[in-house]
Amino acid sequence: MTEFLNILLYIQIGLVLLCLYRIVRGPSIADRMVGIDIFGILVVGICAIIAIQTDRMFILDIGIAWIILSFVGTLSLAKYLGGRRLND
Amino acid sequence: MTSIFAAILLGIGVLFNLFGCIGLVRLPDVYNRLQSATKCVTLGTCSILLSVLIYYGFNSIGVKALIAIPLLFFSATVAAHALARGSYQFGIRLGEKTVVDHYKDRKTLEEGGKNEISEDKRDQGSTGIPVHTGIHK
Repeated sequence: MTEFLNILLYIQIGLVLLCLYRIVRGPSIADRMVGIDIFGILVVGICAIIAIQTDRMFILDIGIAWIILSFVGTLSLAKYLGGRRLND
Repeated sequence: MTSIFAAILLGIGVLFNLFGCIGLVRLPDVYNRLQSATKCVTLGTCSILLSVLIYYGFNSIGVKALIAIPLLFFSATVAAHALARGSYQFGIRLGEKTVVDHYKDRKTLEEGGKNEISEDKRDQGSTGIPVHTGIHK
């Protein structure tokens, strides 16, 4: 079981590197925003796999806080991109 | 038995994440990338959290995973919708193989049937994609 979890953790870290490729080499600004959003969701999966490995509960708390912060950040960036008004 | 079932769900979740990130790298347009990546990665991460719930039962850590699943569903979908709408209003053009554009028709209907969209003086997001003459000006 531990070797299986190690293999899945390495695969997930490789997917984070693919998201970093899209962030660095995106033609427009919306591409980079999509990369940042997917990066924020993948980190939650990494937190869950590490929580299974080490039998600790506070790492999943880090994941929940990361979900909320990524959501607020993406919404604020999207509203900034759409226009200057916030009353749509 | 529960350990084997949790391992199967964990493998399914990482596989969906892999497909979503391959779509994020290889698709040609902003909207295609957002579609593929958001749906696949949300389902994969929720499958990983469900495997944590099955592996631990209803302990303190399992209930935290159960709390995290609806949060992830609603937050990821709402953020993706807002991002698509904002990037269309910013003026990022659709890909060169895209044929239909319903949102432009709806905007022209709301503006009273005018055939032209009022242009701002903002920067038109340099995508490097040639303009499709039938859709945008």
